[in-house]
This record gives sequence, structure tokens and C-alpha cells, in this order.
Amino acid sequence: MSFINYSSREINCKIVYYGPGLCGKTTNLQHIYQKTNPDVKGKMISLATETERTLFFDFLPLALGEIRGFKTRFHLYTVPGQVFYDASRKLILKGVDGVVFVADSQIERMEANAESLDNLRVNLKEQGYELDKIPYVMQYNKRDLPNAASLEEMRKLLNPTGVPEFEACASSGQGVFETLKAVAKGVLADLKKMGG
Amino acid sequence: MLESQLVMQPEDFDKVLAIIQKLVRDANAKGVFVVDKAGQLVGEAGEMQGVDSTSLASLTAGCVAATGGLAKIVGEEEFPIHFHQGQRDNLHMTLVGDRMILVVVFDERSSLGLVRLRVKKAGSELARLFEEIRKKAETEAASHGSPFAEITDDDIDNLFAD
Repeated sequence: MSFINYSSREINCKIVYYGPGLCGKTTNLQHIYQKTNPDVKGKMISLATETERTLFFDFLPLALGEIRGFKTRFHLYTVPGQVFYDASRKLILKGVDGVVFVADSQIERMEANAESLDNLRVNLKEQGYELDKIPYVMQYNKRDLPNAASLEEMRKLLNPTGVPEFEACASSGQGVFETLKAVAKGVLADLKKMGG
Repeated sequence: MLESQLVMQPEDFDKVLAIIQKLVRDANAKGVFVVDKAGQLVGEAGEMQGVDSTSLASLTAGCVAATGGLAKIVGEEEFPIHFHQGQRDNLHMTLVGDRMILVVVFDERSSLGLVRLRVKKAGSELARLFEEIRKKAETEAASHGSPFAEITDDDIDNLFAD
């Protein structure tokens, strides 16, 4: 749910990074945080365990610039990927405007990817959203690893509808901004559509 | 179907500010914040300029959402009032209508009883106002459409030109 404030001339949108445990959602946000100018980003918050596993969410506010005289702000969130944190994942999806699914390219994680994607669909539905109707992009992360599955295989399993997709290596930053730009574009295009 | 957008016109925003500025005075509060349940800051008032209100909004929404989840587990619909007591500052959160949260930060200059009393009145005023804003946004969207209908693909691309 975007928030448009005509008084301060701001548009605020919420983007959620979803995916199985250890797929690199937090790493995506950390890279964005490290590589953006201090004047466009707020503080990054990570509610994590002592072993740096996401417990509730990570949060990063970004100001992308102006569009038609309105400041556009994106609030990026990650969900905790581990299966047993499902209750928390549902809460974070509340009011979402766009979703990035971060898939782990390692062959042995394919089942976890598929399970997490199903879980995303179910949890969105509970909030009254349809994954196929909201701005949504796919990121194939960890492409640099030797045990990465082929793109064709991942596409077939995770992206049969052909949403925008990106190969990435979040730890080096490859593909991270391309993914963010694509989802942000999708959210703004949706805003335009809703107005039209 | 997406939850409806929150669209706030300057005159409505002024009304929100007037209510929370009055609440700051009436409750002797340090600061008052209105946050939506998705974690966006809607308005703030008081002497807490410089505080990271964006993070405050996001964490408030997370806290309320987690407590709401707990409520359902124990068989409650919601816990509409939350109170966090600190050594110096305290935090009082109340649900306003079905999508807003009113946060009051106060110290020894005030008391929980006073804050509760004042929040009750301000909360119901805000709930009425947000209901009006929602209705107005619906009728306006139906009659005029949104100004963002005019956003072009170039506008969007320009945001990312670096």
C-alpha cells in the first residue's frame, strides 16, 4: 500500500525481499546500503539473532529522487527465511507494493526455493494479494558458485510466467541494483496504472 | 487486489498535525507520531526533532504486528494498547481505526494515566479523520483519477539514470 502525501509531496512504497533461508536477502540490502550515498539512505535496521540470522526483518529506507515533483521513497524489507518463522513473514507482507524473490542457485536448494515461493503465494493470498498481480521480480542469486543449477532449470521451476529475472551474486553486488531497479519500476508503473 | 492507497491532501495533513500537536500539549508528551500499520510515518509532532522517525515508524509497525500475532494465538482479536516503560522515557502505542497507530513518547513530566486519557480523545478524532480521508480518496479517485496516471516511462527511467 503506497502512501502519497500531497503536503510533503512524497510517495512511499514498500518492497519485500522474500526467499528461503540463507539465500542472500539480507546481503542484497547490505550491498544496497553500502553502495548508496548517505544522503539518499536512512539507517539500516537488522533484527537478527546472535548468529546474524534474520529474526524478524531487515529494513532499509531509500530516497530515489523526484518524479513529477514528488519525492519517491522506497522502504526495503527482508523476511526471515527459515521455515519456522512463517508467522513473522506474514506480518512483514502487510501493505507490500512489490516483491523480489531471491532464489538460491545451488542445486541442493531447489526444493527450498520452490517451497518458499509456494509459501510466498499462500501468505500473500492470506493478505488478499495475488502474486501474479503485484509488481514482482525474480533474482537468481549465487550464480558464482560451482554447484549452481542451470538457468533453464531454475526458470522452469521458479519463473514459469516469465516475470523480469536477474542473475546475481549479492556478496559481490552483481545484479543487486538491476533487481532493485526492476522492482521499483514495476511499483511505479503500477501506481501509474492505478491512477489511469 | 491491493489494499487501497493512502492519499493525503495538504488540508487533511494539517488536520492530522493539529490533532497530534494538541495531544503533545494536553498529554505533556515529548513526541507524538502517527504511523500506518505497514510501517510508513504519516505525521509527527513534539520536541523530538532529529530522532530517526523513519526507523521508529518501521519498528512500531513491526512491534504492533508481532503483538497482534500474539493476540490471535491467545484468542484475542488484538491488543489495542501497548505500553513500554523505560528508565526515563516511556512509549505508549494505540491502534487507531483499522490501519493507523498512534505513538506517544513521554517522560516524568507526564504520567501513564494522563497519556491514556488524552490519547483516548485524540485517537477517536484521528480515527474519524482517517475514515473521512479514505472515503474522500475513493470518490476523488473515481472522479479525477490519480495524478500519477501521467507518469511516463521516461519519468521512471530518469529516476534511475546515474
